[in-house]
Amino acid sequence: MVGRTEALSRTLAGFLLRRLAASLLLLLLVLTVLFFLVRRVPGDPTQFGEGSRLTPTQRERLQELYGLKRPLLAQYLDWVSSVSLRFDWGTSLSQQRPVSAALLDALPATAILAFSGLAVEYLLALLLGIAAARRPGSGLDHAIRVGGLLLYSLPIFWLGLMAVLLFAYLWPVLPSSHMHSVDVDLLSPAQSLLDLGRHLVLPALVMGFGVGGGTARYVRARLLEVLGQDYIRTARAKGLSERRVLWVHALRNAAVPIVQLVGVTLPGMLSGALLIEVVFSWPGLGLLAFNAILARDYPLILGATSFSATLVILGNLAADLAHAWLDPVVRNEAA
Amino acid sequence: MSRRRPAPTLLWGGALAGLLVATALAAPLLAPYDPAEQLDPPAGLYRPPGTVLAAVHLAGGGWRLADRVRRTAEGLEIERLGQAETLPADQVSNLTARGVADRRVFLLGSDRFGRDLASRVLYGTRVSLAVGLLAVALALTLGVAVGSAAAIGGRLADAVLMRGVDALMAFPWLFLMMALSAFLHPGPGLIVVILGATGWMAISRLTRAEILSLQNREFILAARGLGLSPFAILWRHLLPNAYTPAAIRATLQIADMILLEAALSFLGLGLQPPIPSWGNMISEGQDVLLQSWWVATFPGAALALTVIAFNLLADGLQDTFNPRAATLPRL
Repeated sequence: MVGRTEALSRTLAGFLLRRLAASLLLLLLVLTVLFFLVRRVPGDPTQFGEGSRLTPTQRERLQELYGLKRPLLAQYLDWVSSVSLRFDWGTSLSQQRPVSAALLDALPATAILAFSGLAVEYLLALLLGIAAARRPGSGLDHAIRVGGLLLYSLPIFWLGLMAVLLFAYLWPVLPSSHMHSVDVDLLSPAQSLLDLGRHLVLPALVMGFGVGGGTARYVRARLLEVLGQDYIRTARAKGLSERRVLWVHALRNAAVPIVQLVGVTLPGMLSGALLIEVVFSWPGLGLLAFNAILARDYPLILGATSFSATLVILGNLAADLAHAWLDPVVRNEAA
Repeated sequence: MSRRRPAPTLLWGGALAGLLVATALAAPLLAPYDPAEQLDPPAGLYRPPGTVLAAVHLAGGGWRLADRVRRTAEGLEIERLGQAETLPADQVSNLTARGVADRRVFLLGSDRFGRDLASRVLYGTRVSLAVGLLAVALALTLGVAVGSAAAIGGRLADAVLMRGVDALMAFPWLFLMMALSAFLHPGPGLIVVILGATGWMAISRLTRAEILSLQNREFILAARGLGLSPFAILWRHLLPNAYTPAAIRATLQIADMILLEAALSFLGLGLQPPIPSWGNMISEGQDVLLQSWWVATFPGAALALTVIAFNLLADGLQDTFNPRAATLPRL
C-alpha cells in the first residue's frame, strides 16, 4: 500500500516537473526573443524622457555606462547569467534602482487587487451559479445564463471607465484612482487601511464583475453535471434534504473543476489586472510594465514580463497541487 | 448531420453578428460624415451628442461651424466660439435665403479634433471585425495544423507539441504583446499576426482530441486498410468529421480577439490614430472622461455590443451542435 502511494506521488511529481520544465523553457525562449527584439529596434532609453535634452557626448557616456555599446550577445549572456544565477535583473533605467526592488514594490498592490478581484468573482459566481443550477430551465436560470454572458462580454477597461464616471463623478462616493489618498502619511493606521479599502472598491468590483459572469456559467454547468450523477440520485433516495444534497454532495464534487479553473484563468486574470491598473492608476506590476514600455526601460520590461510569467507558472503549479489534493483520481490520470 | 433546433442565443447572436457585418460593409453609406474629416476644429471639438451646428462654407475654401447664424442684408451674422462675427455675402459660398445650406449634426458628439464620433464608431466596426475575423482565421489554421500534427504525428511529436501548448496557454500574453507592440509599432497586419499567433492553442487541443477519438473508428481503419496516405486520411476523412469543436471554439475567439485588439489599442500599443479603432477611441476618451463622457462611452458600447453578439453566436452554436461540451470562460 505504501509502495503504491509512493509510486503515485512519484508520477504526479514527474508530471508536475515536466510541466514546470516546459514552462520555464518557454519563458527562457520568450525572454530571449524579447531581449533581441527590444534591442534591434531603433531608439534607446537615452533618447526618451529626460534623455532628450542630453548632448551627444553625454548620451555616449550614458550608453557606455548602461553597457548598451557592448556586443549584443555579450549583453545577453550577461543578463541570462545574472538573472538565473543571482536573480538579479539589473538596474531600471527609468527608476534608477534595482529592477527587483521595483518589482517587489509593485507586487503587494497587484496581489491585493488580484485577491480582492478573485474574491468578488467567486462570490458572485457561486451565488449566481448555484441559484441557476437549483432550477435548471427556469426563468431565473435563463436570466443568469444570458446575464452572465452579457457581463463577461463587457470590455473590462471600459467597464472601469464607466464605473469611474458613475461612482466617482456623477455620484461621487468613491475615489477614482490610485491606491492611497495624497494625505495618507498623516492618517492613523486604521484610517489608512480604510483609505486603502475605499480605493480598492471600484477596481476590485470591476475586476470581479468583469469575469464573474463567465465563472458563474461555468459553476452552473459543473454543478448540473454533478447533479446528474448516480450518487446524487442515491443521496436523494436516502432522503437527504435538497439543501444538503446541493451544498454538501454536489458542491464538494464540483469544487475540483472550479479550483482547476482558477489555474486556467490565471494568465487572463493578470492581463485583466494590468488593464485595471492602467485605468485606475493602481501601482501594481501591470502599471509598472506599462510605464516601463513607454520609457523603453529594457531591464524593467524584461524583468516585469519574466516576473509575471513566473507568477503564472507558480500559480498553475499551485492549482495543480490543489487539484491533486482535492481529487485523487488525477494522480492516476497524470501517470 | 440531423436537423437540430437552433438555440435562441444562436438566433440572437447570428442576427446581431450579421447586422454588425452588414454595418461594417456599409459603413461608408451609413456614416453621416468622413470619419477623419475635421471641419473647423476649434469650434467643433468636444461637442456633446445631439449638437447641431451650421456649417458655413467660406468662398476661399474652408469651413466655419457656427452655433447660430442670422441672414442679414449684407451677408451673414454668425455666433462662433461665443463671439459674434459678420461675414459679407461674397465670402460665403453656401449662402441661402435664410442662412446656410449645410449643417453638421453630431449625433453622438464630436472628439478632440471636431470629428464626428458617430461616423468614427461606425467605421470602427470595420476595423474590429476585420482584425477579429482575420486573427481567428490565422489561429484556426495554426491550431488545426498543430492539433493534427500532434494527433497523427506519433507519440514523440504529440508529447512535444502538447507540452508546448500547455506552456503557451499558461503565459500572460498581454505583457508580451504590449512589449512587442511597443517596439514593433505594428500596423493592422502585424496586429493580426500577433493575435493569431498567440491564440491558437485551445483550437489545437480540441482538434487533437477530436481526431484521436476518431482514429480507431471503422471508416478510418477502412481508409487505412485501403492504403490511403496518412495525409489523405487526415484531409478527407478526419478533418471533415472533427471540425465542429474547433469551429465553435474559433467563433468564441472572435470576441476574444476583438477585445484584445481593443485592449492593446486602448493602451496605445495597438492600432494607432487616425485609424478609427474603438480601443484607441476609448483611450482618447479616457483623458477627457469627466468633461466629455461621450468620447469613451459610445465606442465602448459599440465594442461591448460586438463582443456580446459573437459570444451569443458562439454560445448558441455550442448549445445547438455540441450541447455536452464544457464551456470555459476565457480572458
